[in-house]
Amino acid sequence: MAHANRHSRRDVLRAAGALAGCGGLTLLAIRSAAATPAMMQDAVRSVIGEATVTKGKVKLDLPPIVENGNSVPCTVSVDSAMTAADYVKAIHIFNEKNPQPNVISVRLGPRAGRAQFSTRIRLADSQTVTAIAEFSDGTFWSGDIDVIVTLAACIEESIH
Amino acid sequence: MARALIHVPPTAKSGEIIEIKTLISHVMETGYRTGVTGAPIPRDIIDLFVCTYNGEEVFRAQLFPAIAANPFISFFTVATESGTLAFSWTDQHGQTQVQTAAIIVE
Repeated sequence: MAHANRHSRRDVLRAAGALAGCGGLTLLAIRSAAATPAMMQDAVRSVIGEATVTKGKVKLDLPPIVENGNSVPCTVSVDSAMTAADYVKAIHIFNEKNPQPNVISVRLGPRAGRAQFSTRIRLADSQTVTAIAEFSDGTFWSGDIDVIVTLAACIEESIH
Repeated sequence: MARALIHVPPTAKSGEIIEIKTLISHVMETGYRTGVTGAPIPRDIIDLFVCTYNGEEVFRAQLFPAIAANPFISFFTVATESGTLAFSWTDQHGQTQVQTAAIIVE
């Protein structure tokens, strides 16, 4: 306590202001917690490692203009014969601007018959969605699509 | 845990590629939203979906918060033999719900 008395009122107020400033910055950082294209690249690297990705063979099917980002139908189809010797092992979907770059990671095999699946995803903003397919021979192929979102997911407050 | 809807064709020819559609009711709370008091709503998602065909795994999906509420997943498999398809959804707390569907292969 004796220690605190040595500081003037002005010092204390200045320190308090600095603390509040830090808090505000932290809050700002949390509020703008959106992935960036660089974060998406990091996420891609953490999933597929150092392998090179070639564009092609992967088709992403999303509506080009989305009214409600909370539920966007999404289909990925990969050009593969799906035989025991040559098949798609995994398909990953990534996005650029959601709070988290990963969307879904799927593992399948020759028993799938067709390298295709559908789901419904959330999109926080107009952005590019990317799908990467891993083939049984170790090659990676990708496809992407630009989507315009008019009502974003994640921003609306809960009502309960 | 929740109500799940599964669509598997009841019969199929041997070697036929069949489409399977699944839907489970779940909030898939992202953890990025705040409630009326301003407090963040904790994350609550299903993060794993697995389909097995007579015990053999044919499809597995790892889900992230970017999957919409009431996760819908449709995929394909080759009808090889009559038997059971089992679908399991596991949430982040480790709770698993399993549902099965029968298929007759001619």
